[in-house]
Amino acid sequence: MPEVEVPLEKWTGKVNEVRLGGNGRQAVVVGGEATFPFLQFEGAIPNRPAVAIEVLDVQPTGWPSQLAAAWGNVLADPALWAKKAAEYGADIIALRLKSAHPEEGDTGAEEAKKTVDKVLAAMDLPLIVLGPEVAEKDNIVLVAASEAARGQRIALGNCEEKNYRTIGAACIADGHVAIAKTPIEINLAKQLNILLCDLGVSPESILMDPTTGALGYGLEYTYSVMERLRLACLTGDGMTSMPMICTVGEESWRQKESKSDIEVPATWGELEQRALIWEEMTASTLLNAGADIVVLRHPKTVEAIKATIDKLMG
Amino acid sequence: MALTGIEIYKFLPKTNCKKCGFPTCLAFAMKVSQKGVDITVCPDLSPEAKEALEAAGRPPIRLVTIGGDKRKIEVGNEVVMFRHEKTFYHPTGLMVRIKDSAPAEAIAKVAGEVAGYSVERVGMELALDGLALENESKDAATFVACVEAVKSKADLPLVLMSSDPAAMGAALEKAADGKPLIYAATKDNWDKMAELALKHGCPLAVHEAAGLGELAQLVEQINGAGIEDIVIDPGAHGFAQSLATLTQLRRLALKKSFRPLGYPIITFPGESSDTVEAEAVLAAQHVAKYAGIVVLDHFSPSMAYPLLTLRLNIYTDPQKPIQLTPKIYEIGAPKPDSPVCVTTNFSLTYFSIAGELESSGYPSWLLVADTEGLSVLTAWAAGKFDAEKIAKTVKDFNIAESISHRSLIIPGRVAVLRGELEEELPDWKIMVGPPEAMDIGGYLKKMWSA
Ligand code: SF4
Repeated sequence: MPEVEVPLEKWTGKVNEVRLGGNGRQAVVVGGEATFPFLQFEGAIPNRPAVAIEVLDVQPTGWPSQLAAAWGNVLADPALWAKKAAEYGADIIALRLKSAHPEEGDTGAEEAKKTVDKVLAAMDLPLIVLGPEVAEKDNIVLVAASEAARGQRIALGNCEEKNYRTIGAACIADGHVAIAKTPIEINLAKQLNILLCDLGVSPESILMDPTTGALGYGLEYTYSVMERLRLACLTGDGMTSMPMICTVGEESWRQKESKSDIEVPATWGELEQRALIWEEMTASTLLNAGADIVVLRHPKTVEAIKATIDKLMG
Repeated sequence: MALTGIEIYKFLPKTNCKKCGFPTCLAFAMKVSQKGVDITVCPDLSPEAKEALEAAGRPPIRLVTIGGDKRKIEVGNEVVMFRHEKTFYHPTGLMVRIKDSAPAEAIAKVAGEVAGYSVERVGMELALDGLALENESKDAATFVACVEAVKSKADLPLVLMSSDPAAMGAALEKAADGKPLIYAATKDNWDKMAELALKHGCPLAVHEAAGLGELAQLVEQINGAGIEDIVIDPGAHGFAQSLATLTQLRRLALKKSFRPLGYPIITFPGESSDTVEAEAVLAAQHVAKYAGIVVLDHFSPSMAYPLLTLRLNIYTDPQKPIQLTPKIYEIGAPKPDSPVCVTTNFSLTYFSIAGELESSGYPSWLLVADTEGLSVLTAWAAGKFDAEKIAKTVKDFNIAESISHRSLIIPGRVAVLRGELEEELPDWKIMVGPPEAMDIGGYLKKMWSA
């Protein structure tokens, strides 16, 4: 029978492997791909992309009812929530210290340390700790989280241009991983990685957050920046070779499409299915653009995306 | 694909005889590549060279039209692997399958729903592209009845699906004027299907799942019968296999100019999905990764809307971001005492601010100024988002009529405009919002009281 010779690309670079957890906790390694997502016919894909479930340190307000109902009572307690998330199949817990936001309670280092201790004790998965995304407060609570989790190799986010020194230094001191977040721009992403490396953070201790646009809300920008970053990595640019993390759940669930059943056109269809597909489609599309970790919110999405990753890994 | 001057030169006689009016063959070739003169001006071009030049000039993935004069779609003719390299040109056709063994009411219902479905997004009407009618009954009369029932309900491009040339022939007698896609020629029936495609002037799908070599061989046989309007079905199922196969096909066409597989691809994501959500997610993968036509097994607005949105995202030209129509956008259900924010018509700026306002709990009026699609800082730097423009936007759209206060929130990045704006809009209180969209919720909580 006739054979068709499929063109293979000869990539010279590959994604860094980054380990989270270990040391008594479960370990998850992400990255290591030597080709574009899931193209096993061309290069090695040693690790599957990981699914993280987002846990807030305060009871969420304004969550759509189907999302809140899926979790029920545990929303009031981050430790119980994290435990439940582990049961629902999370590979990683992503704890958002939202209460540290000046508008959400303005809690400080002491509370952050307590919450991190509690969540670490409640389950044995690797942990990501995210600040309230206000640079000064991120510094305070992430440094506290870093100390509380010393040696447990958690990931700390976000490092931005404004505060990468403090968070980067904490990661070096306590053996953690830094999440470098930049606003959907390839050169800024690369620049921040360089700054972190100059500071002394090892490239194997950095994840990139390219900033997630949800389906219909800038997804195509994130998609193409991620493809460009991965292309740069595979063609040998070490400063774009960090695994990528996407905050899919947070972005999907705050859009009108995931929340509203009233005052929306009938052509949007039934809310429950629409909202789930919104999160799933955002996640699966970004996985195909190179996401190594997707942070999700709804347990059903977690189940569906884990099944999708299983199938994509073959 | 446009050839370079050097590539064209290779096909010329290289005698520099000047009969074309150019001093050398190379000079002539350069002019041809710039489309300044037609290749036929050289009288000594051999017929073989002419044919080779024509073949080399053909697009690597053929553009195929499905449908008649009234409603048709064009698929194929893509030139890049990644949308950032240029753009994806011809949006994946999204169709819904109907089986002829279904009850007549069900057939009519789905056909009517799909044909009537359209949803608005950023000022564009998004719709599904057609119906695929499958001869599941294996009975020609049932198939014809289904075709007729659907045609009476839906004026959409069709795919006719049957492996039986007799049933296909009967259906085409009723539907050929709509130039449906004939699905499919296989190694067992290809000569008869090719005959039908030629007779009715319809595009032909070629299905061969045994391997790309076998598929290429079958396509070449069908080319030999005189058919060029082809859609290929490599029979790739599931997430991993379809991603690998469709990527390989796109690469073969673009990187190897491999003619026998340089055609748009048709997929059926429902065949390997257990749930509607899984089908939607796999269909989304096919939209982003290289399918020309995706046939769905389910239709509901709650799956069609996300999928159409995804297609819009992926097929938006990265060099020409979508511009919002400048106007007043209502976020939530704003009242006369709700906040008024002004921003640019760059879609990403709009979406970030609209998203934040949406989740802030403050229904708002969002005034979108015409900055020709530039973001806040770029537009400001280019003089397209200055005090004068903002004042004009406020007045032109007459926002004052809808509100009971006179407070205007401007983006924090153009805080410098405040003074000038106060002169331009003397009745207004100008408030400087946060520099980042994500902080607008907290800002309103602290600063807003109407
Ligand atoms: S007429 Fe043809 S062969 Fe003669 S110079 Fe022109 S291109 Fe060359």
